[in-house]
Amino acid sequence: MTEFTPLASTIGGVLIGVSSILLLVLNGRIAGISGIVGGIFHRDTEDRWWRASFLAGLVVGGIAMFATMPQQFAPSPMSTMWLVVAGLAVGVGTRVGGGCTSGHGVCGMSRLSRRSFVATMVFMAVGALTVFVTQHTPG
Amino acid sequence: MGRQLTAFLAGVLFAAGLAVGGMTNPSKVISFLDFFGGWDPSLAFVMGGAVLVYAPLYSFSRRLRRPLLEEKFFLPTKRDIDVRLVVGAALFGFGWGLGGFCPGPALVATASLASSALIFTSAMVTGMVAFAVWEGRRTPKQ
Repeated sequence: MTEFTPLASTIGGVLIGVSSILLLVLNGRIAGISGIVGGIFHRDTEDRWWRASFLAGLVVGGIAMFATMPQQFAPSPMSTMWLVVAGLAVGVGTRVGGGCTSGHGVCGMSRLSRRSFVATMVFMAVGALTVFVTQHTPG
Repeated sequence: MGRQLTAFLAGVLFAAGLAVGGMTNPSKVISFLDFFGGWDPSLAFVMGGAVLVYAPLYSFSRRLRRPLLEEKFFLPTKRDIDVRLVVGAALFGFGWGLGGFCPGPALVATASLASSALIFTSAMVTGMVAFAVWEGRRTPKQ
């Protein structure tokens, strides 16, 4: 159980929305993190530089936020083995499914994409099911 | 050069939004997905706030012939609900619920040098590279 933070979360969401619309209007790109970062590793990618720049921005932004609001960062409660399994699943799953919380959840749903509505429902449902198993079943 | 700079600044702003919104705290993500425990609905406000800004401005952007720094818009063209979409989203949901990180917050949280963020993100990038290699083998070189 964590503290309910509707105001801070709405402000965070608005910042994400502003960032995403700037990337669309200026660069013509969808702000889908898994697509932007995953695309760096494709053999025929000709547009690595803006992707790498966005990624650098994420990390530099992270450094600035950690310096000013360290309470917003916390370690995951899961063990190393489960973190490796979870990370692999997120890496492969977002690339196979063509998006994550940002690309499908924010941009796709805003664009009224049927694919993104389905993807968001599926990852929310499976996420909730996974949490139910890890938090409410013994062992 | 301009488009690299705007991408960088968008990344900084995006990271700020994730951290302020609470996405870089995996316990908060797990509580958000915990409908049968002490449910914390905060992260629905992150998505709500983002959609509230993006949706109306997206439809407004359709009036532009091209983006300011590129020749054209790069928008998704797929329309069909296929097996890959559903299986991929399910796999992502499993990993998200298990570790409490999705891709953006995981990358942002590496800045804290917390071992859980570094381990998760290393595995995630490994998964993305594996996918890129697999896709590259599946489609013959032009």
